[in-house]
Amino acid sequence: MKKLPISQLPALFAHISQGQKLYIPADVGGVPQFALWQPGMEMTRSLNTARSAKDLFFPQVENMVNFKVTGKQIDVVESRDPGEDFVLFGVRACDCRSFDILDSVFLDAPEDTYYKTRRDHATVITLGCTEPEETCFCTAMGIDPTTPGGDASGWIAEDTLYLQAHTPKGEALLDSLPMLQAAQSEAVEAARQQLRAVLDRLPLKELPLEGFTQERMMTLFHSPKWKSLSESCLGCGSCTFVCPTCQCYDIRDFDDGRQIRRYRCWDSCMYSDFTCMSAGQPRPTQMERFRQRFMHKLVYYPANHQGVFGCVGCGRCLQKCPIHMNIVKVAKALGEEIQ
Amino acid sequence: MQVKSEWTPTIVAFCCNWCSYAGADLSGTNRLQYPANVKIIRIPCSCRLNPMFVLRAFQRGADGVILCGCHPGDCHYTTGNYYARRRMTLLFSLLDYLGIERERTRVEWVSAAEGAKFAATMNDFVQTVTQLGENRRLEDLRCKSE
Amino acid sequence: MQERIRSRAIALLESGACDRVLGWKAGEFFYDVTPAVFTTPEQVGKEFVWGPFCGANLSKYLIQESRKGGKVAAFLKPCDSYSFVQLLKEHRIWRENTYIVGVPCQGMCDIDAIRGQGFKGILSVTEEGEDLEVDTLYGCRAMPRREALAERCLCCKSRKIVLCDERLGPDGEENPNVRFEEVKRLEAMTPQQRYDFWRGELSRCIRCNACRNVCPACSCEKCVFDNPSSGAENKAAADSFEENLFHIIRAFHVAGRCTDCGECSRVCPQHIPLHLLNRKLIQDMNTLYGTYQAGADLDTRPPLVSYTPEDPEPSVVGTIGGRA
Repeated sequence: MKKLPISQLPALFAHISQGQKLYIPADVGGVPQFALWQPGMEMTRSLNTARSAKDLFFPQVENMVNFKVTGKQIDVVESRDPGEDFVLFGVRACDCRSFDILDSVFLDAPEDTYYKTRRDHATVITLGCTEPEETCFCTAMGIDPTTPGGDASGWIAEDTLYLQAHTPKGEALLDSLPMLQAAQSEAVEAARQQLRAVLDRLPLKELPLEGFTQERMMTLFHSPKWKSLSESCLGCGSCTFVCPTCQCYDIRDFDDGRQIRRYRCWDSCMYSDFTCMSAGQPRPTQMERFRQRFMHKLVYYPANHQGVFGCVGCGRCLQKCPIHMNIVKVAKALGEEIQ
Repeated sequence: MQVKSEWTPTIVAFCCNWCSYAGADLSGTNRLQYPANVKIIRIPCSCRLNPMFVLRAFQRGADGVILCGCHPGDCHYTTGNYYARRRMTLLFSLLDYLGIERERTRVEWVSAAEGAKFAATMNDFVQTVTQLGENRRLEDLRCKSE
Repeated sequence: MQERIRSRAIALLESGACDRVLGWKAGEFFYDVTPAVFTTPEQVGKEFVWGPFCGANLSKYLIQESRKGGKVAAFLKPCDSYSFVQLLKEHRIWRENTYIVGVPCQGMCDIDAIRGQGFKGILSVTEEGEDLEVDTLYGCRAMPRREALAERCLCCKSRKIVLCDERLGPDGEENPNVRFEEVKRLEAMTPQQRYDFWRGELSRCIRCNACRNVCPACSCEKCVFDNPSSGAENKAAADSFEENLFHIIRAFHVAGRCTDCGECSRVCPQHIPLHLLNRKLIQDMNTLYGTYQAGADLDTRPPLVSYTPEDPEPSVVGTIGGRA
């Protein structure tokens, strides 16, 4: 374990960003988000960013390939971002788990090379939570925020940052930082204890999720509760776009007059034109779209991934939904019914 | 040796079928000169101009957009240009509010008999936009790069 | 007030005057209330809430609710009532199937405004006179209620309920002109400064469409931006142009119909001050074509579907508003 006085964080950031790009959670225009570190930029005081850390691996818009048409000939022009090494600092345990969930989708055969390039280039440094919000429920999703994971994890205890490497990549990064000093782990253990005490008092620390199993899939699917739960849903994509685990995208072409640019962009199962192919939209009303989103996270995904939920309990959708309908309310309403 | 020619703006002129489009014709038959970088798009009435058309023109490389219609009171459909006048005033004001140079957008009333006015208007607008330079604030880089 | 609203809702359901009641349902916390339809007095007694976090505008739901058959009662705040009248004017709501109860409003609180004061892990907020008592996981502290108000409520245009079948309190005052200060501040900037300001704001847009979907004026059955046949379909902004495009077209499309209810800014997950676009258009229309408030009545013709031969020419742009 290594340590650094908090006052020396700018020096640490400056040193890292000499070798590669560094992204930290900072307030940009008053909104916390992962931003490219520049001298003078400070970490946000917010617990979590408005958008999640998935942006760094799965950006909202990404070029895939271009096509150049000359007469009857079509040339395929590579337009992907070749990628470069970067460090992602200050990821919370919830967002870190979301990378595992995204990996299980994008790195499963056939591998998504665009996503993989970014993953391979990244060194993730997590940061232990000190002041969880009332909207946090990562523990209900089986995450232990006292051990946040990543290539290395950091802890802020009083005015010191403690860092512990978990992977060779993390170790190499920490070794390259001369300002770090060797440290004992007592202070971190104390911080963990403090965090545990707060976790114990979180209003959403437990959710009735036992019944969300593959066997009950059809019962849940046909539950009459979906109608009232989805009644006031506006069909916007806020929940999907701030969600660290939502991974649906659309592939589109843009004709700029000289060539066709094929790009992919986030899509939302809440939208009326989601997966709108030649056969049309398979889920005609908002009730079906709403059900799809929550069934995917709470039933379909765990059924295919050893019971791991497709939600990390970061609480972003709780804070951002315009009408405050969210996965916690859905889980409670349905969990109550099937018990 | 290739000499890079001086930059000239691309202008999109939306012209009402019943007046300004004929005015452009007249200026042509009268051999009045106006720059070739004015691209005319004929519309059935000035009120056909959807705000989306204006933005699309900028996206696709226009440096200035001008709407030409019948003089107020002379609309072929009686009142179309009155509505267009309100709409374009508000749209251009909104663009100005977003920091898009207001000299890049213009409305002029040109009748079928005003071939000379059409040419003069276009000459003046091209000159104004040339002084402003390239449209940067409402450009789509994808449509510009090679 | 919550008790009065509940008892009215229960009475309306019990008497058979209404089949359904549109109101707000309690959530996990005190602030996460959800618009909901209640069908039984028991439901109302158990779950119907009214409080300083009932900011959601219920009028848009009446488009669907009024078409479902039977009668629906809706509890509308002053700003909701403007949207209601505007939607009636556009023939989007079936008036005969609605029963409107007007609820007076002292301004709604914004949970993000409270979080912005440095509160974390907020467990409850209670009103203590002019103050709010905020209880959190990390202790309890008071703050002035005024500082927790949503921006739109700090410069509320009107506390009048425009149209209703009964009201639960007297109308408040109208202050239609206090809301343009920020617009004037922007107008006084140079074009470059304005451009930089809007780039900074609009570049945060994630195109979640929350602003559009919550907007009572955005009631098209199929939006051009969702319609693959429109040629303008767009799921994410690929560059700065497309970020601007969506918001310019949307602001323009609701011009003359926007009642300035402020829902667009309330719901934006990225805190983009979208209401400033609408307010600019409202101010311009007031200046150029005479004062007009969308949703204030059922008869006046909106500025964009009328004209006078003497209207100013478009060259007036840039000379109106907050500039010398």
